[in-house]
Amino acid sequence: MDITLMYYLIPSLVMFCCGVYGFITRKNMIAILISLELMLNAVDINFVVFNRFLFPGQLEGMFFTLFAIAIAAAETALAIAIIINIFRVAKNIDVRDLTKMKF
Amino acid sequence: MFENILIYFVVIPLVMLGGLALCKNIKQIRAVAVVGSLALVGLSIALLLGYLEQRAAGATAEMLYVDSWSWFAPLNINLAVGVDGISVAMLLLSAIILLTGSFASWKIEPLPKEFFLWLILLSIGVFGFFISIDLFTMFMFYEVALIPMYLLIGVWGSGNKNYSAMKLTLMLMGGSAFLMLGLIGIYYHSAPEGGQLTWNIIEIAQNNAIEKDWQYFLFPMTFVGFGVLGAMFPFHTWSPDGHASAPTAVSMLHAGVLMKLGGYGCFRVAIYLMPEAANELAWIFLILTGISVVYGAFSACVQTDLKYINAYSSVSHCGLVLFAILMLNTTAMTGAIMQMLSHGLMTALFFALIGMIYGRTHTRDIRMMGGLMKIMPFLAVCYVIAGMASLGLPGLSGFVAEMTIFIGSFQHTDMFHRVFTIVACCSIVITAVYILRVVGKLLFGPVQDKHHLELTDATWWERLSTITLIVCVAAIGCFPNFFNDLIKFTFSPEIFTVLGIN
Amino acid sequence: MDQITPLLILALPLCMFLFLGLAGNKMSHKMAGILGTLGMGVTLILAYSTAFTYFFSGNPDFIDAAGNRLQSVIFDFTWLEFTENLVIKLGFLLDPISAMMLVVITTISFMVHLYSLGYMHGEKGFQRYYAFLSLFSFSMLGLVVATNIFQMYIFWELVGASSYLLIGFYYTKPSAVSASKKAFIVTRFADLGFLIGILILSFFTETFNFIDMTSAPENVLASTGGATFMGASVLTWALVLIFMGGMGKSAMMPLHIWLPDAMEGPTPVSALIHAATMVVAGVYLVARMFPVYLMEEAALTIVTVVGALTALYAAIVACTQVDIKRVLAFSTISQIAFMMVALGVARPEIHEGVGYMASMFHLFTHAMFKALLFLGAGALIHAVHSNDYTAMGGLRKYMPITHITFLIGCLAIAGIPPFAGFFSKDEILVAAFENNMLWGLWMTAVAGLTAFYMFRLYYRIFWWNTPDYEKHGHVPHDAPWTMTLPLIILATVSIVAGFIPFGELVTWNREAYHIHLNWTVATTSVLVAVVAILIATVMYRKENAISDKIANSVKGLWTAAYNRFYFDELYIFITHKIIFNLVSRPIAWFDRHIIDGTMDMFATMAHKASGAIKGLQSGSIQTYVLVYLLGALLLGVVTVVCVML
Repeated sequence: MDITLMYYLIPSLVMFCCGVYGFITRKNMIAILISLELMLNAVDINFVVFNRFLFPGQLEGMFFTLFAIAIAAAETALAIAIIINIFRVAKNIDVRDLTKMKF
Repeated sequence: MFENILIYFVVIPLVMLGGLALCKNIKQIRAVAVVGSLALVGLSIALLLGYLEQRAAGATAEMLYVDSWSWFAPLNINLAVGVDGISVAMLLLSAIILLTGSFASWKIEPLPKEFFLWLILLSIGVFGFFISIDLFTMFMFYEVALIPMYLLIGVWGSGNKNYSAMKLTLMLMGGSAFLMLGLIGIYYHSAPEGGQLTWNIIEIAQNNAIEKDWQYFLFPMTFVGFGVLGAMFPFHTWSPDGHASAPTAVSMLHAGVLMKLGGYGCFRVAIYLMPEAANELAWIFLILTGISVVYGAFSACVQTDLKYINAYSSVSHCGLVLFAILMLNTTAMTGAIMQMLSHGLMTALFFALIGMIYGRTHTRDIRMMGGLMKIMPFLAVCYVIAGMASLGLPGLSGFVAEMTIFIGSFQHTDMFHRVFTIVACCSIVITAVYILRVVGKLLFGPVQDKHHLELTDATWWERLSTITLIVCVAAIGCFPNFFNDLIKFTFSPEIFTVLGIN
Repeated sequence: MDQITPLLILALPLCMFLFLGLAGNKMSHKMAGILGTLGMGVTLILAYSTAFTYFFSGNPDFIDAAGNRLQSVIFDFTWLEFTENLVIKLGFLLDPISAMMLVVITTISFMVHLYSLGYMHGEKGFQRYYAFLSLFSFSMLGLVVATNIFQMYIFWELVGASSYLLIGFYYTKPSAVSASKKAFIVTRFADLGFLIGILILSFFTETFNFIDMTSAPENVLASTGGATFMGASVLTWALVLIFMGGMGKSAMMPLHIWLPDAMEGPTPVSALIHAATMVVAGVYLVARMFPVYLMEEAALTIVTVVGALTALYAAIVACTQVDIKRVLAFSTISQIAFMMVALGVARPEIHEGVGYMASMFHLFTHAMFKALLFLGAGALIHAVHSNDYTAMGGLRKYMPITHITFLIGCLAIAGIPPFAGFFSKDEILVAAFENNMLWGLWMTAVAGLTAFYMFRLYYRIFWWNTPDYEKHGHVPHDAPWTMTLPLIILATVSIVAGFIPFGELVTWNREAYHIHLNWTVATTSVLVAVVAILIATVMYRKENAISDKIANSVKGLWTAAYNRFYFDELYIFITHKIIFNLVSRPIAWFDRHIIDGTMDMFATMAHKASGAIKGLQSGSIQTYVLVYLLGALLLGVVTVVCVML
């Protein structure tokens, strides 16, 4: 059996859709963050896979993925920090309740 | 640049702003304000004398002290300055009111430093407006004069101040929007035969440049734009609320000087640059201003808040200014300018006195007060004098101005103008009604509130402020021909022929 | 003639006003009073010398070779230039009537200054009082010497203002405050007519100058070019409107309502302003413009009719009032109406325009005896502390000087020879009879009423019955010399003034002529007056019920007259109900709710609109993403569909 591009792309699509679904429906900020990470990682997979299958002689996709992972890590750290701080102030991380700064 | 005396009208306030920034306590602030405004009064007197000297020496140009410095060449925007008799008179008026206003806000609380900063910024706008002859620069200074008003009322005001400040600013900005369209229109039609477009008033007027079709469009734009500030019916409602909420000095400056920007602008821009349209469209605005005159006076009759009474009376008196300007003849227009001077001084006096009374009794409702003549005779006598000036007693400024307007207006031979002149004349009776109503309720009669018995009369700075204004009011009233000659030169027949008015 | 004296006549009272007004509080009462009186005394001497020079010096400036007096402008400087022709000048015009007025004003003013030293003694604001008196004297003098109609208007307004200040002298008293307000507003309303009249007249004649207008009145008529407005000629309109100003100041019906209320002021003020000087300004105005009025028969007819109606009305009302100052006030209105009628019926062809001379003569004598009566009333009020004659009675024993002088005043006003009023009133009646029998009879009847109500007043004060004065703790007595001296002087003048050969001094065209009594008219009028006095004697000499019976028998008329025919109620209805409630209030409401409401509505609309769309900008990223995705999907679908098609 030959592992083709499709074998990677379908799980990654599923992952991305899960991420989008979670991002839209989840109200807990941690869950939203996780969904975000899911989407990000789905994209990462795509990058790597496309690089590997379509342009085997080049490394741009790999590098881009590495960058994305690094930035995602920093971003997650920042987001977690914000969430913790919000929790400290508001005792709550439900996005529906955090309307204090609106309008 | 600094050899032209006019530029100092902007430089001195700028220096004052710098000085204020360095001030540490209220005494220094007062010192800066008083010294600065005294310097401005001195400067305007020097300008008046210099101007008269040049005229006596035979200078016949429309504007004297003309100068121009480019500050944005691609659009030909210049800082162009120049004065004629009207601007000289207006500059003197503004300086005097700034001085008396500073005295009237001797004990302003809170944030005295910021208050004076904004007040002086406002005065930069006023002075800049009167010395400019470049439409763009003029408009810029106009806006500089309007914006500080929002903060001055919003922060230091009383009563429903947020609402009033917002209303005043928005309505005046609405007027500015019209005005700006009008001014840009004038700019793009300032050189119909091709060539360099210009913002310069003298150049446009001398070439009589703007095509007639465009005048019909631009005249109403600019007239309404300035008319809003001149409290023209039906765009006057910012005035009662704004004045009622504003602190004393701001009311003085606003009613005394800022509202004159409207009348001055209507004359200097709308009529000066577009005489043909003015001649043909004047009737529309005559109806509106005629309504203003009577309507304001009737409204004032039933108000109970001192500041509302005065604000409506300003609507009536400023209506008379625009009314007279629209009569388009030398006598009536001279009367209009005299009325601006007279109303400026008199209404500043009124607002100063109202502020002083309010500072003591903490109410402006005439039903709550009475018999103040017994308690604070000085302020009460001043109030009577202000009232007499307002209802046109000979020997004070109001009479001279009104009579010049009426005589001038009546020179028109058609029934329409005459009927409206007579309608405007009726205001002198209604004015007497509301002035005497206030004087009778507020100053005479028995004391209404026992607590008022302990109140004190005016302090020295208050006396200084009111006496200065009264002296000026009486000076115009007793020696009107001096001011008449000063103003009239501007309307000398040559200029009118150039403008195409009889 | 030098210019210094006339200038001083105006400048002295003005300086006195400024000085007393500004520095009065620093000095004692006595000092201020004496200063004011002295100032007026000097003005009096200057005015007398000026008038004397004018009438008797034979200076060619003042009288020509044929014996005609001339109008002479002593000085005239430009005050305000409207156009080349329309220039307000402030000047000093000397002619017979202004010279006569100078004498009248300074005499009465000086008497009042002197009298007030006693009458106002110890009043708070004594200095202020003298300052206002000086202001008034200045304004009134400026008015009579005006060289042009606008100068007259200026001083006209100034006398109005000083009258306002003096009526409201007791400013803590609400009735005085409202009386002063009423006086000012009613006269202001009349002045509106005056102003419009000036506007019309000056537009056509292109001048304000009296001499230009009156020396060639036919040019004035010609300048209007026969223009008409609403059926009347423009000149008639102008003259009637100018007369309206005069009606206001001279308290002619229906603008008379302020004068009775003006009695709230101190009594000497009533004597000076509201009896002798300011209220005759209207008569003076018409007299000043008389040659122009002659051009328009209609205008003169209106003057006559208004005058005649007012004379009768005021005389009837005066018969019913109980406040002695009000009786005198209505009597003043009636007498001024006499002067108006005299002007209205005067025609050059009738006895060299006797009506004009009679009017001025009556103005002169009336000023003297009416001031006398008012000052006498002041002395009574001072002694009894009440304005009502019901509190008085039998005072002849207590106040002999006041009694005699008051009686002289009453005889003078009733027109009994040889007192002053007889001569002047007789001339008026002659003029009226010569013009039209109706006016003659009408005015004779009013003259009879005059005699009746004056003696009714006299008997009620000095006879009737004597109340128990001791019970109230003080017995009335004659006033101090500062108050009685003016009474005696004025009484003397009232006796002899009738013998002044007025016809040789003051005539409409300034040509001297001899007055001679018309014996028929004189006898009739004296008879009527004597009969009226006799009726008054029967009714009021001793306490009795005749007057009540008569009052009851014509109850309706009597009540109406007592309430001054409800003119005040009518005015209150017009001002309060109509002006305030039907005009001002709706306008104020309209302004707040419609005009301001519209502005607020714009603001509210902007607010609402932003409120409506602000939900779109929710800040919830999840919603944004959903919308974004749906949008992307939609776009994709559309693209696909488009491609497939």
